[in-house]
Amino acid sequence: MQLEIRGLTKRFGSLTANDSIDLTVEPAEIHCLLGENGAGKSTLMNMLYGLLDPDDGEILLEGKPVHFKTPGDAIDAGIGMVHQHFMLVPVFTVAENVMLGREQTRGVGVLNRAKAADLVRELSQRYGLAVDSNALIEDLPVGVQQRVEIIKALANDAKILILDEPTAVLTPQEIDELMDIMRSLRDNGTSIVFITHKLKEVRAIADRITVIRRGKVVGTTTRHASETELAEMMVGRNVQLTVDKAAAKPGEVVLGVEHITVVDERGVTVVDDVSFEVQAGEIFAIAGVQGNGQTELIKSLLGLVRPAAGVISLVGKDISRHGPRESLGDGIGYIPEDRSHDGFVGSFSVAENLVLDLYRDEPFSSGFSLSLAQVGNNAGQRIQEFDIRTQSAYTPVSSLSGGNQQKVVVARELSRPLRLLIASQPTRGLDVGSIEFVHKRIVDQRDKGTAVVIVSTELDEVFGLADRIAVMFAGRIVGVVDPGISREDIGLLMAGAQVGAHSDRSRAESHRTEDPSTRPDRGAGHE
Amino acid sequence: MSEQAKTEQPNPPDGPNAAPAPRKAVASLSAYLPTVTLAIASIVLALLVGAVLIIVSNDDALSKFSYFFSAPLDGIKAGLNAVGDAYWALLKGSVGSGAALRGTLEKAAPLICGGLGVSLAFRAGLFNIGAQGQLIAGATAAAYVGFTWNLPVVLHLLAALVAAMVAGGIWGGIVGLLKAQTGAHEVILTIMLNYVALQILRWLLNLNAFQAPGSDNPTSPLVDSDARFPQLFGVHLGFYVALLAAVGVWWLLSRTTLGFEMRAVGANPDAARTAGMSVAKAYVLAMVVAGLLAGLAGAQQIVGHQDPLTDGIAGSIGFDSITVALLGRATPSGTVLAALLFGALQSGGIQMQAATGTPLSLSTVLQALIVLFIAAPALVRSIVRIRSQDGAGTVLAKGWNA
Repeated sequence: MQLEIRGLTKRFGSLTANDSIDLTVEPAEIHCLLGENGAGKSTLMNMLYGLLDPDDGEILLEGKPVHFKTPGDAIDAGIGMVHQHFMLVPVFTVAENVMLGREQTRGVGVLNRAKAADLVRELSQRYGLAVDSNALIEDLPVGVQQRVEIIKALANDAKILILDEPTAVLTPQEIDELMDIMRSLRDNGTSIVFITHKLKEVRAIADRITVIRRGKVVGTTTRHASETELAEMMVGRNVQLTVDKAAAKPGEVVLGVEHITVVDERGVTVVDDVSFEVQAGEIFAIAGVQGNGQTELIKSLLGLVRPAAGVISLVGKDISRHGPRESLGDGIGYIPEDRSHDGFVGSFSVAENLVLDLYRDEPFSSGFSLSLAQVGNNAGQRIQEFDIRTQSAYTPVSSLSGGNQQKVVVARELSRPLRLLIASQPTRGLDVGSIEFVHKRIVDQRDKGTAVVIVSTELDEVFGLADRIAVMFAGRIVGVVDPGISREDIGLLMAGAQVGAHSDRSRAESHRTEDPSTRPDRGAGHE
Repeated sequence: MSEQAKTEQPNPPDGPNAAPAPRKAVASLSAYLPTVTLAIASIVLALLVGAVLIIVSNDDALSKFSYFFSAPLDGIKAGLNAVGDAYWALLKGSVGSGAALRGTLEKAAPLICGGLGVSLAFRAGLFNIGAQGQLIAGATAAAYVGFTWNLPVVLHLLAALVAAMVAGGIWGGIVGLLKAQTGAHEVILTIMLNYVALQILRWLLNLNAFQAPGSDNPTSPLVDSDARFPQLFGVHLGFYVALLAAVGVWWLLSRTTLGFEMRAVGANPDAARTAGMSVAKAYVLAMVVAGLLAGLAGAQQIVGHQDPLTDGIAGSIGFDSITVALLGRATPSGTVLAALLFGALQSGGIQMQAATGTPLSLSTVLQALIVLFIAAPALVRSIVRIRSQDGAGTVLAKGWNA
């Protein structure tokens, strides 16, 4: 089916999120929509899916104008959407999820499960989407859950499939599999709109690429454009895609982690006997697929979660029993993985958020009273130093773009002397320009002699920043490798295979009660 | 959807160097504008609905409306007259004379204190339904100190006030402790403690120590006259104490590290914890201060009136305080204004009943309607078409999500 968008415009107050967008998706093509966060990609797709009402312009299917009031209208017209956050019921089977909302019944209200299962089987065979129709969603890995979402859309006879940042939650291998699925769908006549800000993926799969910047289409190109060209189109200026850094000069051991085990509220061991050391002046990156214990490991380092066993030491001092306040006071800087959840208070102003963990110290407080003048001064300095784009220091952080919100968090954490910087997914959801900025700051911090721990699911980031890479799988560190390792090898490690020379086979092969990668909700980003 | 819209907004074009100082004033004023408009619109709508009730309860207007179709002007005129008379009496009874104004301010005083207690808890993310119980605890303590102890003039009043605040603070603090230690929901805790406080008061009033000499009624003796609020510029001192409390709460919330912690915990407890704040400490202290303020409201009931301690001492002030806090958007200045409005409605309502025969319950209905409209901002907006703005109504939703 051909989809055409003509002059589509959406305004939010004084802000034009989509400014007369023109876009044509031909039948059976993979059309990439590339743009920074906040460029207006999601707004555009939400209008296409009936979630937002356009202010101007029209949508045409096969040359006929259509108007969607609700997602139901869009689905009926043959548009399917796979959201970044899956809309699945974890305790239902695959077949039950697929029939959800369009249940087939036998007689009076008796569900016809067999028919749903048949449908799933047929679709999965036709498009090569391997999935067991009777499996419970919660038992499936994230990549397979995504397949279920795609099957759900296909079951609604989707002729145009919108995939909103589908690769954010996948391992490199799963991304390859998804690309195969996308190709097979295309070859079967489905058009795909693939939303992303990752240049590599775009170049691997797109038939055509449309780049959006600040709500406007800046151009349409093909996958033969170079990454640098694409990045320039996205950001509007020359961007440095690789991190520029000198060799590390590691000093004394700053962070010592010995045999740390963390058990969550449900009694599941999420971090399993993890040990490592980080030296001053080096960046130690922890790679791995989301939900393999990285979140809990980092929280235990800061004292937000108490480890069940093991010792954490900072420059030789045991800090295993410290809470976050003592840890911050000892010179640990922390950039949390989910900034809007843990990193800032949305309703607080930029100025207030810039002192969220500094307000109790000089010069911001003298005893009990808070010095608003000092808080304002500090904000003025940081806003300039970190180029935070905000209307004023007194604007609520919730009204800033994701990149600027992250700059607020980074600015706050780097504005005091640090011994150890822990940054979890420091650039998640950020655009190319902000990533460049944050990476530079992190490397600067390393060069000042701070020990740095980075947790990232983004391989580009890991390879770009790390001086040493640890890979976590199922709560364990399955290998500590040199950044010279190949992408394939690290991908295998992330999937739990044993290739690294440093890994401990006997431990990793021991019995696991639960595979954390099957938990769909774990720490998925809120972008 | 608003969330979606927000994350998709490109950066504002303004550079980082835009002067922050003058913008702050403009920003904060325009930020309050929709709130103020909403409050005024709610009051106006409530008065309109009230007008219908006045007409319906007015025999003269009603009889003229019975032949509305033959002479519609008669009915309309009579109706307008009835409404005009009633609201005129309400206005006169609340601010029309020195005595009326005094009644309004003295009725407002305990509402200010109680409302501040609820507002402060709101800001820390706690829905404090327990002002009533904290107020009873405070009133009981103030009365006991007032009628049993013998102290010099100024000291006696101070002792009664302090006793009330301590008792209220403890009553509120229990909630904070239980919430912080066990995770129990403060709404359930405060509602239950309201009953506990009331029943303890009833039991105390059956003891000889609390009963007026020579009487078996569950009524205490009057407090000593030197433990009462003296008059100052025609209003008892309690009103000024209430204003002072409002300034104190404002200072606490906006100018102290503790207030910063309370607001951070109230707005995002996870981020507060990550930033090294103690969520438990914020909860406990917020409830202690909230209880202390409600306790002060209880003292107002004892040392501001000529009334003995009875089991009806709290009236509905504890619950009206919640309303006042909601109407005042949980800010100290808003709470004071809302309490003044409610004081005027209550004080003027009596005058309205005397002058026009409109039942006193009408002013209660007006209060309820105002809050109803405030709590349903979308409804008011659709009626008066205020530009949609985030935030209205979130105060109410907050407590349950905590």
